[in-house]
Amino acid sequence: MSMMSVKGFDAFYGRSQALRNFSIELKSGEVLCLLGRNGAGKTTALKTIMGTVRPAAGTLMLDGKDLTGVPAKDIPRAGIGYVPQGRRLFTELTVWENLEIGLWTRNTDVSALDHALELFPVLKERMTQRSGTLSGGEQTMLAMARAMCINPSVIMLDEPTEGLMPSAIAGIRDAVIRLRDEGVAVLLVEQRVDAVLSIANRVAFMDHGEIKAEFDIEEVRANPELLHHYVGVGR
Amino acid sequence: MDIAPYLLLATLEGLVQASVLMLTALGLSLVFGVMRVVNVAHGEFFMVGALIAWACGVYIPGPPAVGFVIGLVVAPLFVGGLAWFADWAVLKRINYNPEGTIVSTIGMLYIIQQFALLTFGPDARAVDAPFYYTIRTPWFGYSSYKLFIIVIALALVAGLWFMLRRSKVGLLMRATQFDKETAQNFGIPVDKVYSAVFAIGAMLAAIGGVLVVPNQQAHYLMGTDPLLLSFVVVIVGGLGSIPGTIAAAVLIGLSDGLLSVFFSPTLAKIVSTLLVAIVLVFKPQGLFSGKGARA
Repeated sequence: MSMMSVKGFDAFYGRSQALRNFSIELKSGEVLCLLGRNGAGKTTALKTIMGTVRPAAGTLMLDGKDLTGVPAKDIPRAGIGYVPQGRRLFTELTVWENLEIGLWTRNTDVSALDHALELFPVLKERMTQRSGTLSGGEQTMLAMARAMCINPSVIMLDEPTEGLMPSAIAGIRDAVIRLRDEGVAVLLVEQRVDAVLSIANRVAFMDHGEIKAEFDIEEVRANPELLHHYVGVGR
Repeated sequence: MDIAPYLLLATLEGLVQASVLMLTALGLSLVFGVMRVVNVAHGEFFMVGALIAWACGVYIPGPPAVGFVIGLVVAPLFVGGLAWFADWAVLKRINYNPEGTIVSTIGMLYIIQQFALLTFGPDARAVDAPFYYTIRTPWFGYSSYKLFIIVIALALVAGLWFMLRRSKVGLLMRATQFDKETAQNFGIPVDKVYSAVFAIGAMLAAIGGVLVVPNQQAHYLMGTDPLLLSFVVVIVGGLGSIPGTIAAAVLIGLSDGLLSVFFSPTLAKIVSTLLVAIVLVFKPQGLFSGKGARA
């Protein structure tokens, strides 16, 4: 059974249609990667799931519960964690205050925080530091830890490795694998093909706001031409 | 001529003015900082607070202190409710559009002002101070009530600071201030935060009105000066910056007190207006703004 099911999302910015019949199914313990060129609608898809862009049509189910049309504030409370593009930390708040907001969302106990800090121990030493002063890699770790603090059943990551050093990328990749192995469903928007191939179970290619094709990762690994065909990159 | 007594008197007067100004300007700054709403009706919340204090003083039997204390409780509650209603009825419906909120709060200003005129009439109304104890110095006697204003204002600012910095509600307000969309992505009810902030801002103005009314008569046009001075403070301190607002209120209040005593109140107003112009030209982000300066 799907952990998260999105069916037939249409979304508009003014009169311009940004999503067309966007549909995905996401199971527990799997990573689905959305790939596509800039402007394909990947970020809009995540924002529409989070309710910050209101869908004109379509349904959203989470673990059998219908979340279609619920207010945006209730989506994270239902258990969908989100790491937005550019991390969107509360940069003037401390590391602890950012995490505290994550804990507040679903009134989760401190074990969620312990789990996040186990994955990103460097944050323990930075608790009283203003989050805007962290390095790029640490900011991404904090954004992930903050989303983990809601104890999500689904976590959505929008280009988490963008602009990071290779060592930081490895840390983020390991954390995603750990979440996946713990049964969290992961929806990942990622430009780095190597990262996608190493952690995704399935890949969905987007263009002009719709999903053009979806493949198991083995098919993509076996046929790298797919990457070239859909997103214009080789392996 | 010994200047020390005049200097002390002017400083005390300046601090009293700074205290009331601090409360009123903090309300304006909080609303702008969190909601990005320039509340042109803010002075009217001050005026309604003052008129309620007058009504409590006149209609509640017993010594003036009883009416004053009841006014100090009722006025912010009534004005907070009024602001909550205004937010629900108007601001929420125009989605807090910056231009729309300016126009609509101008509308609120006139509605509240005219309603006050119809209800209380055009006359200025005096209110007795809750107590009349005079503190004697070697040079002059000074009203203990005025010192009480300073104490109350400092206590309220400390309370507001504690609420913003140490409480969960304050954390949610600050998160909303920094990034509304991300706040929503973490389940923060942004609409409710906005309503609460608008109400708290108005309540601070109302308390300012209650505190000032034993020194200055209450009437339906009294909201204009506090509004303009609050804008001066908020611009000089840095838009949305709570520490900047406090610092600017003290600066403007003290300069106003000193200039009014040694020269004239008109010169004091000219200087504060000039200060705004200078700040807007040379440091438009405000004299006390900087990283970490916001609430």
